Amino acid sequence: MAAATPLLKDELDIVIPTIRNLDFLEMWRPFFEQYHLIIVQDGDPSKTIKVPEGFDYELYNRNDINKILGPKASCISFKDSACRCFGYMVSKKKYIFTIDDDCFVAKDPSGKEINALAQHIQNLLSPSTPAFFNTLYDPFRDGADFVRGYPFSLREGVPTAVSHGLWLNIPDYDAPTQLVKPLERNSRYVDAVLTIPKGTLFPMCGMNLGFNRDLIGPAMYFGLMGDGQPIGRYDDMWAGWCVKVICDHLGLGVKTGLPYIWHSKASNPFVNLKKEYKGIFWQEEIIPFFQAATLPKECTTVQQCYIELSKQVKEKLGKVDDYFVKLSDAMVTWIEAWDELNPGKDSAKLANGSAK
Amino acid sequence: MAQVSIPDSEVDIVIGAVQSDLASFMEEWRPIFSRYHLIIVKDPDLKDELKVPGGFNVNVYTKSDIDRVVGSSSTTVLFSGYSCRYFGYLMSRKKYIISVDDDCFPARDNKGDIIDIVAQHVSNLTTPATPFFFNTLYDPYRKGADFVRGYPFSLRHGVSCALSCGLWLNLADYDAPTQALKPGHRNSRYVDAVLTVPARTMMPVSGINIGFDRELVGPALFPAMRLAAEGKLRWETVEDIWCGMCVKVVCDHMGIGVKSGLPYVWREERGDAVESLKKEWEGVKLMEEVVPFFHSLRLSKAAVSAEECVVEMAVAVEERLGPVDPVFARAADAMVNWIKLWKVAGTRSAVA
Repeated sequence: MAAATPLLKDELDIVIPTIRNLDFLEMWRPFFEQYHLIIVQDGDPSKTIKVPEGFDYELYNRNDINKILGPKASCISFKDSACRCFGYMVSKKKYIFTIDDDCFVAKDPSGKEINALAQHIQNLLSPSTPAFFNTLYDPFRDGADFVRGYPFSLREGVPTAVSHGLWLNIPDYDAPTQLVKPLERNSRYVDAVLTIPKGTLFPMCGMNLGFNRDLIGPAMYFGLMGDGQPIGRYDDMWAGWCVKVICDHLGLGVKTGLPYIWHSKASNPFVNLKKEYKGIFWQEEIIPFFQAATLPKECTTVQQCYIELSKQVKEKLGKVDDYFVKLSDAMVTWIEAWDELNPGKDSAKLANGSAK
Repeated sequence: MAQVSIPDSEVDIVIGAVQSDLASFMEEWRPIFSRYHLIIVKDPDLKDELKVPGGFNVNVYTKSDIDRVVGSSSTTVLFSGYSCRYFGYLMSRKKYIISVDDDCFPARDNKGDIIDIVAQHVSNLTTPATPFFFNTLYDPYRKGADFVRGYPFSLRHGVSCALSCGLWLNLADYDAPTQALKPGHRNSRYVDAVLTVPARTMMPVSGINIGFDRELVGPALFPAMRLAAEGKLRWETVEDIWCGMCVKVVCDHMGIGVKSGLPYVWREERGDAVESLKKEWEGVKLMEEVVPFFHSLRLSKAAVSAEECVVEMAVAVEERLGPVDPVFARAADAMVNWIKLWKVAGTRSAVA
């Protein structure tokens, strides 16, 4: 497999939420410059966010979001990086890579700078293997393969919908863990990509994430977080649980592992604790909900799956807190907005066609 | 998290000898193995005298020992070839068993240090497994790692780990077709991770480099799947794959965990994949039949211990796979007989 990774420069958008500045892009320039950027500016829309010279981009602030979505803008969070999912919605490309503005280029153990985007592309363009675990990790990577005992009928794999990358330096811990271990840094470079098995949930982090928008885009709603909401820092978690249930149902794969980025900023754990507080309790109900969630076989598109999931959220999690009733409505609003901005995109054909 | 310190006396190292000259094998492993008790079981088909260097605390079992325990008519059926190691599992009375093939040697990690596979397997087995939710930073109990944001707190205490599946550098455990297609292919990637294989996820358990908690799952590791053309090379066997599928079901049912990843061993060249490929690769075809079976297999609440789980599984194998191929009917029989044998020869009251 010595062929170079295709650039996909006309098929991929890089979505970046920001409230501060985009200085971090300078470091990424060699890897990102050829791609189109979608900047979602959170916070005060009257502030001007300067984009470094030479990048091709579109930028949306809160006023733009309100103008484009009208009343449906209520589903897009404010004062939380969850607003990034607006970028997914307005994109016209097949693939999305999203990264936080405090994530920099990491180095692999040999000292070489890691092109995270190229790795995500490799992950997304090669199949996943959710039906059976391969002990040598991603068999489609150079230098690896399926091990003895791996059924041949499962070696074709399934299309990969999500590529979940990791972080060196500041690890993505929750507030309680950050408080207990403020100095812990992730210095272990694990040279693996692997498929998260079917039927298993995981905590999806939105800091360094790639996905196939055609296959799973409508499920990448990052929920109601931040300003005016009782919870924060669960946006990507929520999207990840929905995405995994739907991927399992539609026969799509989710990979995790490489690439690593260098996460530079440790957010304030006390602030985080306040945001996460309710989530820590709620996730005890949320997880069993998602673990038990099943979708009827009539749901063959992502949108159908998502609407069905929103009904179940209202019915089962609505009892936990009224927030979930609101969230369930927002999930529906999101799909309506998605379909409005992406008319005629029949994800059913794409999902079933490529899921063979 | 603090590592639990396990006395060496709780560990047995079991080696199935399919070659008679173990001198270089044992010398290479001496720095790591010499503090533990070893059980070496000689393949009953091997004619030559076994060569084991001195200075080890070791019990060697040969054909005559096996005959005495199971009766000479069963010896070859049960314990020929790689399956001879199961006799060692049967005879052991220790809590933890570490087992490697006799063509494996100590490997070096990515810092250049020799890997102590016993210490790593024991560490895997004595720290909790987390089969109900995937942790993206892999084993949260390793130094420098933890549970990530979004990992439910109620699941963070984990469950007991019953099986630790190690990996191989140099000659990886590929099947014959794969290795024959890529004859120069060697595994040089050291992946610095241990992870729990999630509940209800099927996996290929390789017998080449494993550790397990004999108290928890001993009875569920058995020689049952013997191919008609089974040979003395790993490419010509699936006994460990079958056994691994079964033990994973047992672990999932009992709510205990299976880890995969570190430690690595260095696996030497032996045999020719193309030659093995020329033999009928019955095992590969059989795997296709068993996947749907294992995927849907559920045990009853009445099956609480590993023994009870195996007995129930044997019934299911007989009923659902027996009609597909006689090798499955024989496997079901073997599983039932194994449990009987375990009760007689494998439990504390029996004489070691």
